[in-house]
Amino acid sequence: MADTKTAESEGTGSTIEALSLVPKAEAKQSMKDFKSDQEVRWCPGCGDYAVLAAVQGFMPELGLAKENIVFVSGIGCSSRFPYYMNTYGMHSIHGRAPAIATGLASSRRDLSVWVVTGDGDALSIGGNHLIHALRRNVNLKILLFNNRIYGLTKGQYSPTSEVGKITKSTPMGSLDAPFNPVSLAIGAEASFVARTVDSDRKHLTSVLRQAAEHPGTALVEIYQNCNIFNDGAFEVLKDKQQAEEAVIRLEHGQPIRFGADAGKGVVRDPATGDLKVVAVTPDNERDILVHDAQATSPTTAFALSRLADPDTLHHTPIGVFRDIERPVYDTLMADQLDQAIEQNGKGDLAALLAGGDTWTVVG
Amino acid sequence: MTSQVSSQAEQADAAVVGGQRRSPEKDVRRLDRVIIRFAGDSGDGMQLTGDRFTSETASFGNDLSTLPNFPAEIRAPAGTLPGVSSFQLHFADHDILTPGDAPNVLVAMNPAALKANIADVPRGAEVIVNTDEFSKRAMQKVGYETSPLEDGSLDGYSVHPVPLTTLTVEALKDFDLSRKDAGRSKNMFALGLLSWMYHRPTGGTERFLRTKFAKKPAIAEANIAAFRAGWNFGETTEDFAVSYEVAPAAEAFPAGTYRNISGNLALSYGLIAAGRQADLPLYLGSYPITPASDILHELSRHKNFGVRTFQAEDEIAGIGAALGAAFGGSLAVTTTSGPGVALKSETIGLAVSLELPLLVVDIQRGGPSTGLPTKTEQADLLQAMYGRNGEAPVPIVAPKTPADCFDAALEAARIAVTYRTPVFLLSDGYLANGSEPWRIPEVDELPDLRVQFASGSNHTDEDGAEVFWPFKRDPQTLARPWAIPGTPGLEHRIGGIEKQDGTGNISYDPANHDFMVRTRQAKVDRIPVPDLDVDDAHGDATTLVLGWGSTYGPITAAVRRLRAAGQPIAQAHLRHLNPFPANLGEVLGRYDKVVVPEMNLGQLATLIRARYLVDAVSYNQVNGMPFKAEQLATALKEAIDG
Repeated sequence: MADTKTAESEGTGSTIEALSLVPKAEAKQSMKDFKSDQEVRWCPGCGDYAVLAAVQGFMPELGLAKENIVFVSGIGCSSRFPYYMNTYGMHSIHGRAPAIATGLASSRRDLSVWVVTGDGDALSIGGNHLIHALRRNVNLKILLFNNRIYGLTKGQYSPTSEVGKITKSTPMGSLDAPFNPVSLAIGAEASFVARTVDSDRKHLTSVLRQAAEHPGTALVEIYQNCNIFNDGAFEVLKDKQQAEEAVIRLEHGQPIRFGADAGKGVVRDPATGDLKVVAVTPDNERDILVHDAQATSPTTAFALSRLADPDTLHHTPIGVFRDIERPVYDTLMADQLDQAIEQNGKGDLAALLAGGDTWTVVG
Repeated sequence: MTSQVSSQAEQADAAVVGGQRRSPEKDVRRLDRVIIRFAGDSGDGMQLTGDRFTSETASFGNDLSTLPNFPAEIRAPAGTLPGVSSFQLHFADHDILTPGDAPNVLVAMNPAALKANIADVPRGAEVIVNTDEFSKRAMQKVGYETSPLEDGSLDGYSVHPVPLTTLTVEALKDFDLSRKDAGRSKNMFALGLLSWMYHRPTGGTERFLRTKFAKKPAIAEANIAAFRAGWNFGETTEDFAVSYEVAPAAEAFPAGTYRNISGNLALSYGLIAAGRQADLPLYLGSYPITPASDILHELSRHKNFGVRTFQAEDEIAGIGAALGAAFGGSLAVTTTSGPGVALKSETIGLAVSLELPLLVVDIQRGGPSTGLPTKTEQADLLQAMYGRNGEAPVPIVAPKTPADCFDAALEAARIAVTYRTPVFLLSDGYLANGSEPWRIPEVDELPDLRVQFASGSNHTDEDGAEVFWPFKRDPQTLARPWAIPGTPGLEHRIGGIEKQDGTGNISYDPANHDFMVRTRQAKVDRIPVPDLDVDDAHGDATTLVLGWGSTYGPITAAVRRLRAAGQPIAQAHLRHLNPFPANLGEVLGRYDKVVVPEMNLGQLATLIRARYLVDAVSYNQVNGMPFKAEQLATALKEAIDG
């Protein structure tokens, strides 16, 4: 298993608004508390191991009672994830995890509910559930493992594969244009959208932390390497030398700069309003866009999501694109129940059954 | 036994119009039962008119049964045959079972309504037509070359030509309404006229109108004025020389407090009651579909019972959310109709595999595909029974009358929570929208459905450690523990992949899969359900008629007709279709002939023949309508003689 040497975090028991109804762990937790007794069965070298280790390592930080944590997944390689977490979990059916998790989260606000899904599961067969979970803003944390390929069915192109991809099902190249999951999520009214990379444990953990703290649906796209069917898909973002020019690290409140000596930056093109990458000069330095993940309008976050070249992945922003507060579905649902009781009193079954117009037959 | 109207308000204003003011010179005849059909354009308010007449009739204490029949289009082109909407009501001074075969009275608001319905009306019946709508153009639109009111084609009927629109407009001339708006109240004029003809109490309708139009008091008053004008028209015009009394059905009802209730309302109440009796929060995940949407609407009004209703993005998400809520410890329900069941199949299979309680309510309609959304059918039985990949047995419960939907919902919930299984509740469009009197149960008579969630370890492993096994079964019920998130120490993972008996860990072991498939089947097969009752009063019948679901009313009515004619016949009706009652095979073996009437092409008959090697005879109808008692009686007679 990858990366198990990292120091195990300790539970801090901190109060986070999104998790305020979830009971806290009574004792300090460690990474091993979150490992189930099941043998992990991903291919050796799979990026999923790194994500699993990062999640198991990060969970103690939340300090939540682990019996109040639930991982729900669909179908695909990544969807085996719940079996390896020593929490409650459900490995469901293809594409439906957001729907199932919505029922769980909206009926049990004392739970921290996580969805683990992949690019095929979330964006192809389950695309409908994903966008509706995002617009509703249910209290779910969705980890979308994107490896741009179907792994479990042995290597067909996925809805995030680049055009022209040669696979078993597309020997002459795939024809359909890919989804950009971050763009899609922003378009679906997501209140929290982030992107990170499986191999960058530190960044991954920092994004998970922000997702966990977010009230409502958080979508975290995790670029994940499938070393069997799509090896090296994100190599340009991982190779130290190339990554410097390819990766743009977004940090809220910071100017968006990257490259050697932060020599490149993102500015708004006054002619089109769109964003573009420029070499930073003393003249344009103050024009460099300061990242505002909390901007009410999703326009700039969307523009950022379009910066990357879909073929070369150059200028790929990672980090939190968008993190805004808006009403959470499960809270609203619970409020309506309270309001109904306030207005009409607690339900009285006998009165309900009797209704208005009755008549009596006496024996 | 006596019957009385209990509502004080009802008594207080029972005589807002009519009653004591009834003129003495008009003849009053006593009838034991009447069938009325209101028919008009989709926009004419026929369903509302029928509902109000039904409420008046229910509060009067008659037994009754209703059959709303309307097109799937919200507003089909006005005046056309496809746009005709009707509401049939059968009421009596005795126990009745069906909305009736042939109307004694047809109210036709336009030529289309007359044309679409007259074939069902026997000669001698009364036909009230709104002559204002019988323009040449309107008649041509539906293919009347000459006026049926004048060409003799209605000879033999007792036709009452009434200019309903003109009279309504005239009655409302003091209101500040356009002719068009005033004319809209013509359905209330018709209701008033029929209420006079059948001595219905009227206070309820006036109260209803005041509540419905509380924000538009002028409209309320206009409708009430039209309603009263209709009554007074009956009272004064010579065309209506006779009015009719149908006494309350005092003998038909055991003592108790009654109300009129439709199947979907009874089912909704049954679900709320089941949540209370199980002491579990009710969670409905649903997607709008005819004819099931009314359950979603109804449950969404009762959030003060802790009921959560989730209108999902599609059928699959509806059941998905329900299953998620079941995992979390809710009494989870999804409601739909046939096309929705098809979409939910995979999730039902997951629920079978996870062994979690889940109610799947299927209000059947005409199929295949979109079929006949507003018409009834029983053709989802085999879909419920077998419509999933793999061996995925699901218990099935079917209500037999609108009011029975309440008890059937409780029974389905009992099976779901006790055996940790999805359960099908198979109602249909006829039960859903039809209504009948219902004896309101005492809340403390309702069954106790409480269950125990798992709270601790249930197994000692080889090392002597106490562990929790999510698939260690109760030896009696074969149910697995229901361990909900939030319970310390019971953290476990479940999924749709085959799991090892006991531990629940992923297992591809051939012998284990064989064992698990057989065990899931055995769990359903072993659910104890009440023995089948056979109605064979004299024990001399050689033919058994076996039904299920909403055919109960027509079958029972047909059986009564045969017996009244001296023909012995035994009757039995299945409420549990999976598993079947343990004595079903023995019952079937007692009779020379078994006839199975169904609103499909023989789905129960197929199951019976396969399971019991009985040469069951199917009698089928798939025209979107319930069986008529007379037609069924004839068919049963032929089967007996054949």
